[in-house]
Amino acid sequence: MTQTRGVFGDALLIARKDLLLERRAKIGLGQVIPFAILVLLLFAFALDPDRGVLKQATPGLFWVTVLFSSVLTLQRSFGLEAEDGILEALRLSGLSPAGIYLGKVTALTIELLLLEAVLVLGVAVLYDTEFLGIPLLLAIAVTATLGISAAGAVYGALAARLRSRETLLPLLLLPLLAPVLIAATRGCEVSLQREAMSGWPWAALLGIFALVYLTLGSFLFRPLLEDA
Amino acid sequence: MTTTKTESLSTVPAAPTGTGSRGTRVLGAVALLFLVIAVAYGLLISPPDAQLGNTIRIIYMHVPTVMAAYLAFLITAVSSGMYLWKRTEFWDLLGSSAAEIGVLFFAVTIVDGALWGKVTWGVFWRWEPRLTTSAVLLIMYIGYLAVRAIPADPKTRATRCAIIGLVAVVNIPIVHKAVDWWRGLHQGKTVLGTIDPEMGGTQLFAMYSALVAGILVCVWLLIHRFRAGFLAERASDLGLDQALEERRLESSPAQGADS
Repeated sequence: MTQTRGVFGDALLIARKDLLLERRAKIGLGQVIPFAILVLLLFAFALDPDRGVLKQATPGLFWVTVLFSSVLTLQRSFGLEAEDGILEALRLSGLSPAGIYLGKVTALTIELLLLEAVLVLGVAVLYDTEFLGIPLLLAIAVTATLGISAAGAVYGALAARLRSRETLLPLLLLPLLAPVLIAATRGCEVSLQREAMSGWPWAALLGIFALVYLTLGSFLFRPLLEDA
Repeated sequence: MTTTKTESLSTVPAAPTGTGSRGTRVLGAVALLFLVIAVAYGLLISPPDAQLGNTIRIIYMHVPTVMAAYLAFLITAVSSGMYLWKRTEFWDLLGSSAAEIGVLFFAVTIVDGALWGKVTWGVFWRWEPRLTTSAVLLIMYIGYLAVRAIPADPKTRATRCAIIGLVAVVNIPIVHKAVDWWRGLHQGKTVLGTIDPEMGGTQLFAMYSALVAGILVCVWLLIHRFRAGFLAERASDLGLDQALEERRLESSPAQGADS
């Protein structure tokens, strides 16, 4: 069966399973999105909204919110698998580890992109952001989200079976995503025309990050499922 | 660190009882010699720099520590890859020992970088690219050590650590690039950027002897840490065997009759 479906077929299967679970359980919709909006409100309380600090810092605040929300999404995505020994069941299912990994990454990327779409509305309303340079913004959003999911899925799966996963996942993941935060923030700043230089090198850096971790994750998921 | 004898270990005839050997003693002595030369030339004999004044003396320490840290992380990465391939305890212990030494040297790098910042800029921390990169990487490898510290089956723990070792190392050039571009617009003096390429005479000698000393100390620490890790594994095996033996004695009829 695996042979006929191939790695990408396996990936689609896992992605569909995850998205279906998400649609039925509505944890993302019911908990993670409200949390992300709450963070936007908290930033406004912390940084005096009338002095323009908020507007100036919007790209950074947006991506920090995405990073925090992505930790929650990852914990949810892999917590599901770890709780009832589903990771073991997945190993026995005959699906290729790379397929499982790519499926998880696909589902995570779609969930995070939806979250970002809501957050974009959030910053437009709450921080009064005008969106300029839409193609660059889209490229940055897609590459950055893919990078977050690609690196996040490896550490999410690794941390899922540890008792201290709630504290360990952010400690492992957030420093790893530091270049994503830097590149996405700067790229968005350029796009919103706060800086004169072109933002495409940032999108390229994000693309490289995503590609590197997609490749590495595809190779590492087998030992990760079998031994870690 | 050199001779730690414990009763449990001495019962095993073939097990080494310390982390020192003739080789490490010679290495340690050579490292110490270079350290003395580096201190003498770096602090006393070499003149202050034309531009940097006496702050150049911090650089004599900063460069070796950062080089040693990167060397250690490189060893961790290679060992991680080798572990996933060969699955032997050697590569696991080498990788985790190197990660610990790397974190130690990186922490020293950040402290001496911040001290240099205080005398050069007047503040301990500015978002200078090299220091920022070091801070991010330090926390990344602290995560590695945190996973290492979680009690688990040795094979499970080794696989987890090998995966983190590989995931972390490919991030090093990306963090470098991102931080370089990020601070590129505001670039001022950097710790390493101020080194005069035409530095000569005693200054150059101080720098190179400090570099050799740093690498030697790193290797010396690594060997000892590796051996300590190896002994710790054997001790825990022995502890388990003893516990099993005790439980067996408890459940034997003779013991049961006594109590």
